[in-house]
Amino acid sequence: MTRPTLIKNAKLIDPAKNKVEDGAILFDDKIIDVGAITSAPDGAEIIDAQGLHLAPGLIDMRVTIGEPGAEHKETFKSAGRAAAAGGVTTMVMQPNTTPIIDDQSLVDYVLRRGPDRSGGVRVLPAAALTKHLDGELMTEIGLMAEAGAVLFSNGDKPIVSARVLRRALSYATSFGALIAHRPEDPYLAEGGVMHEGELAARLGLPGIPAVAELIMAERDLALAELTGGRLLLDMLSSAQTLPSLKRAKGRGVNAFASVNVHHLVLNEQDVDGYRTFAKLSPPLRSEDDRVALTHAVTDGLIDVIVSGHDPQQAEDKRLPFEEAAFGAVGLETLLAGALTLHHNSDVALNTLIRAMTLKPAELLKLPTGRLSKNAPADIILIDIGAPFKLDSDKLRSKSNNSPFDEKLLQGVVKRTFIAGKTVHGG
Amino acid sequence: MAQRPTGVKKSEARTSPVRFRHKHLLQIADLNREEAESLLDRAEHFAPLAEQKIKKLDTLRGRTQINLFFENSTRTQSSFELAGKRMGADVVNMSVKSSSVAKGETLIDTATTLNAMRPDLLVVRHGSSGAVELLSQKVDCSVINAGDGKHEHPTQALLDAFTIRDNLGHVEGLTIAICGDVMHSRVARSNVALLTLLGAQVRLIGPPTLMPAGAERWGAKVFHSMKDGLKDADVVMMLRVQRERMAGGFFPSAREFFWFYGLDEDKLKFAKPGAIVMHPGPMNRGVEIDSSVADNPKVSVIETQVRMGVAVRMAVLEALAEHGANTEKA
Repeated sequence: MTRPTLIKNAKLIDPAKNKVEDGAILFDDKIIDVGAITSAPDGAEIIDAQGLHLAPGLIDMRVTIGEPGAEHKETFKSAGRAAAAGGVTTMVMQPNTTPIIDDQSLVDYVLRRGPDRSGGVRVLPAAALTKHLDGELMTEIGLMAEAGAVLFSNGDKPIVSARVLRRALSYATSFGALIAHRPEDPYLAEGGVMHEGELAARLGLPGIPAVAELIMAERDLALAELTGGRLLLDMLSSAQTLPSLKRAKGRGVNAFASVNVHHLVLNEQDVDGYRTFAKLSPPLRSEDDRVALTHAVTDGLIDVIVSGHDPQQAEDKRLPFEEAAFGAVGLETLLAGALTLHHNSDVALNTLIRAMTLKPAELLKLPTGRLSKNAPADIILIDIGAPFKLDSDKLRSKSNNSPFDEKLLQGVVKRTFIAGKTVHGG
Repeated sequence: MAQRPTGVKKSEARTSPVRFRHKHLLQIADLNREEAESLLDRAEHFAPLAEQKIKKLDTLRGRTQINLFFENSTRTQSSFELAGKRMGADVVNMSVKSSSVAKGETLIDTATTLNAMRPDLLVVRHGSSGAVELLSQKVDCSVINAGDGKHEHPTQALLDAFTIRDNLGHVEGLTIAICGDVMHSRVARSNVALLTLLGAQVRLIGPPTLMPAGAERWGAKVFHSMKDGLKDADVVMMLRVQRERMAGGFFPSAREFFWFYGLDEDKLKFAKPGAIVMHPGPMNRGVEIDSSVADNPKVSVIETQVRMGVAVRMAVLEALAEHGANTEKA
């Protein structure tokens, strides 16, 4: 039994509500009570939050971990440290490991070894949607769902064959499985390294047009409508895609969308100077795109904010821009990055937290991500205004490829609890 | 009038069956309930014949039956061959490889050629839906569809209905679950048509990828879980999963298919106690059906199906032969 803990004098960010409320929370491994609590049971640890903000631990739906197969980039241990420090209490791990998570035994491996090595941070596998991620034959979706895979994804590789995606979406309906798909037409995007536009032209870099996303997203939404499958459009980047998503949702299609926090805060200008740490896939797009994405988060059109955590070693990033690897780490900066939008009054605080807690929990059918009685006590205490300048060399991840390097951010996680146990701070 | 069969015991002598109105048996969809039931009644008359020392009748003496199989088949072809021979007909088997089809002759050319030989009954199996009907338009004899593509396999449905009636006494009011690869199954299509015609509640169970679009409008209820679909079922009819489908991306693996849709003792418990298990054969053991169920004589009537198949086909041959011989018209 975990010793009960009472945190009082906190500002509660309940993702089911639309405003911050002063209050307290009592929990052991689960939340016992929340709100106005007058007394604690005997022997309870009492923490005075002194006005810090309190929220459910974050659920990051898109984390690449190098274990197994690329432990030099990231391990369960290093990712777990970074997550705990960043307030992420649940990581949904991408299937693009070596070997690829496309078999129930590997799902089982992640579920058993992950939390054991991650210092308690929950690790849930996203299984491969197609065998070897080659986009041709669907994997054992039913068996892997039963083994504990929370979603099915083809990682960064879009499925070119509409027939394959149709069958996978259709087949998955009998298990209610969520399918995440990165909409990007590989032929239009081929060779591109940044957003196609004036800046790319000036820099002399091949661009990825925004319609590469729109075209495939339209196809994916039509297939979701045809099959009744649950589709997550994984990491949207372009304003042009949003009206299609809105129309589909309006028709009752089981479609959802996520956005990478970097795309809400940065734009193509961050690439200027050939900064490879801002080389992302999908690419950072124009300021208009960024603003449209923030509005879509406010409207709930985009359901989930993810870190897109993708550790890359310096030798893969310190290359001429075209040759450098895509990707950025984000576990430790997901919250501070998202809070930028709160501090700039772009997106309400509860909305931001909801997109990283309750919304992913609902999509993945998890009991976490909420401040309600009997929910697992995954809780974070945040000093929301605390400023810091990001020094990427000090990141806990094994890789330090963050486009936020040297940027001024606000919001520090003071303490992280998972199932009532402190895993960071305190 | 059909000649009274001489090999049947006197006690089972019957009243003359209703004359069959159709020249061909192409699809169950052409039959009304009375016609379907009269075929089953005829079959009932022929069923005991297999247990007798002398199994041969002379009803079709002098008639010629050609079994024209464009697709490989062991059991259906031999069942039709035996049925024809027991009825006294001269039976010729034509398989694809020895015919001129392999040399590029079109289906219609084949039909014209065969028609010139004046067969009286043509039993045809073809890999393309509708091919048997096309052929029937070009010949003067009666044509029996022994399976066309993914369309229909009417004698299989008749023998299934007959087996159900034989085991449970009636078809009307029963709940019958048809499970597996419905999309590619002509057996399923014929059975949905016939069993609903006879008053049964038919359910289709299978993964969404193996359920044809619009199946819910066939008069059957569609399920994607064996647990829900088998609840209170009187009959569990398994379909064969074609090997080539397994690599075709309709479902991930034989292992996963068996786990969710393969009939084993655990899943059979979802059905009504005393439910019977059927399979049109040939079975993929460990894919759609477990040996512990398939070989359990208390539940499995799979062998009965094969036995009934001959009787049902005799009934169909007899009914169609009433249209007379294929003679050159005056």
